[in-house]
Amino acid sequence: MNKYNQHIILDTKNLTIGYASKKAETIIASNINLKLHQGELVGLVGANGIGKSTLLRTLTNVQDSLGGEVSIKSKLLQTYSSIDLAKVLSLVLTESVTSKNLSVFELVALGRQPYTNWVGNLSETDINITNTALAQTNIENLKHKKCYELSDGQLQKVMIARALSQDTSLIILDEPTTHLDMYHKAYILKLLQKLVKNTNKTILFSSHEIDLAIQLCDKLIVMTKDSIITDTPKNLIKQGAFNSLFPEDLIVFDEKIGSFRVIK
Amino acid sequence: MIKTQPYRIYFVLLIVVLILFSIINVSLGSVSISFSECFNSFFANPEHYTSNEYIFQDYRLPKAITAILVGSGLGVSGLLMQTLFRNPLAGPFVLGITSGASLGVALVIMGSSLLGGILTTILISKWSLVIAASLGSFLVLLTVLIVSSKVRDTMTILIIGLMFGSITAAVVSVLSYFSSAEDLQQYIFWGFGSLGDLQWDELKVFAAIYALGLLFTIASIKALNTLLLGENYAKSLGLNIKQSRLFIIIATSLLAGTITAFAGPIAFIGLAIPHITRQVFNTSNHKILLPAVFLLGAIVMLICDSIAQLPNTDYTLPINAITSLIGAPVVVWLLVRKKKMIF
Repeated sequence: MNKYNQHIILDTKNLTIGYASKKAETIIASNINLKLHQGELVGLVGANGIGKSTLLRTLTNVQDSLGGEVSIKSKLLQTYSSIDLAKVLSLVLTESVTSKNLSVFELVALGRQPYTNWVGNLSETDINITNTALAQTNIENLKHKKCYELSDGQLQKVMIARALSQDTSLIILDEPTTHLDMYHKAYILKLLQKLVKNTNKTILFSSHEIDLAIQLCDKLIVMTKDSIITDTPKNLIKQGAFNSLFPEDLIVFDEKIGSFRVIK
Repeated sequence: MIKTQPYRIYFVLLIVVLILFSIINVSLGSVSISFSECFNSFFANPEHYTSNEYIFQDYRLPKAITAILVGSGLGVSGLLMQTLFRNPLAGPFVLGITSGASLGVALVIMGSSLLGGILTTILISKWSLVIAASLGSFLVLLTVLIVSSKVRDTMTILIIGLMFGSITAAVVSVLSYFSSAEDLQQYIFWGFGSLGDLQWDELKVFAAIYALGLLFTIASIKALNTLLLGENYAKSLGLNIKQSRLFIIIATSLLAGTITAFAGPIAFIGLAIPHITRQVFNTSNHKILLPAVFLLGAIVMLICDSIAQLPNTDYTLPINAITSLIGAPVVVWLLVRKKKMIF
């Protein structure tokens, strides 16, 4: 267990998240203690408006915390310079890229920006890493296509490849399965599982696909109004953590099938 | 980002065309001067210039160089603004540079007559207009920047720039209302733009500031490419957004600011050249786009200037009108033909 503990990638201590204005603080959740290890696929689930995005924004230093600590690779988040943070943490956001006129290769290669020189020239290593990222996400055949020619599912794979080429130990994705059909939702999450296995990276994503997340993730973070529980999906089902996820007037969690169903 | 080779042929072509149009530009005018005459004038003694040599050396050559600087500078600053604001409608003047310059010039031309007397003759010289335009655009830009530093969102800067444009336009209207017909005419003539008014010593100052602007542009290439992903992604890639934004704005102000000060408010080039270039080169990579915009801007400006001269006549049309008359149909034609705006 000791060796396992040495590979903590993301660690929070008594973290409080929310918004601070001049007048008052709005606390969304407090006492968050998370530990993500190397090579784990972790899903973050919770109802709309419960604070998933706020948590992710705080973990990625987009937003300040209201208290407590966040460390990546045992180093406090605030002590990272922006360029060093870009070398340990990459993101896949819900927003689409500004210029769809980039080719897939160009876009994925932009993930190498923290490593390239002042004018952004790609070295041979950069090109190799970019190609590997394309191969790992099975989009080598799209390499020369422009982004405006891609479907939503293909574009999401490109964005994941871009995060991979950034060569970080931790990748955080904000709702990577929105706008996708059922097949591609499963495909993207399965791809993330494969990447974790093959590259030993840690991947954290927020999602509303609870049934898929239960099947594929090593760990789940379940956010409810009262608590934030982190455990393996199996244990979470045993503890009944999913029962209190949503108001119980419309859907209930069925422990046998590991999914929600509508009350008839 | 690796494939620059296929574009090499385009660049060679553009450079050849640029040289060709430079030669055409200097040989056309109210009198035509042959290429050999132009060439020989470089070796002639300035004290014994023939009239043609004199026209070439002291009028047409500085005018052609001005055209190249103006066209390339406006194209480049337009591209910078379009990428920074993620908006295909942005141009070099969205930050209030023209409006500031026109306010400065309006104050000098129309305000000085209100002061009356001897001041009028002192104030209205070529340099005073240049200084007034520079001061005006600098002050408006500074105000826009100070207000902008209070906001996070880049889009807000665009709106703030437009608002300041409206304020200065209103002040100019009030000034115009109270001024005489001659002053008004002089102000309107400034608004036509002019490439041919620059002497060599003015051109030197112009070129020096212009070169500084280009340096800031080159330093921003990597940031510009990163910004293609959007600001949040750019930030996650370790880009210092505030510093990059400042560099891009400084570059634009230096380029567009001096151009407006020396040649007047030249419309259209800054907005259209980046679009034409994207249609031709079909890329968003600024390492390709910037030099292409530079060359294409210079070429288009030379063509517009040659047309404005109305070869073999004594008339010169306002350059500001020609750029739009020639350029706008080209952009419409490109968009209709390709059926798609590339951004």
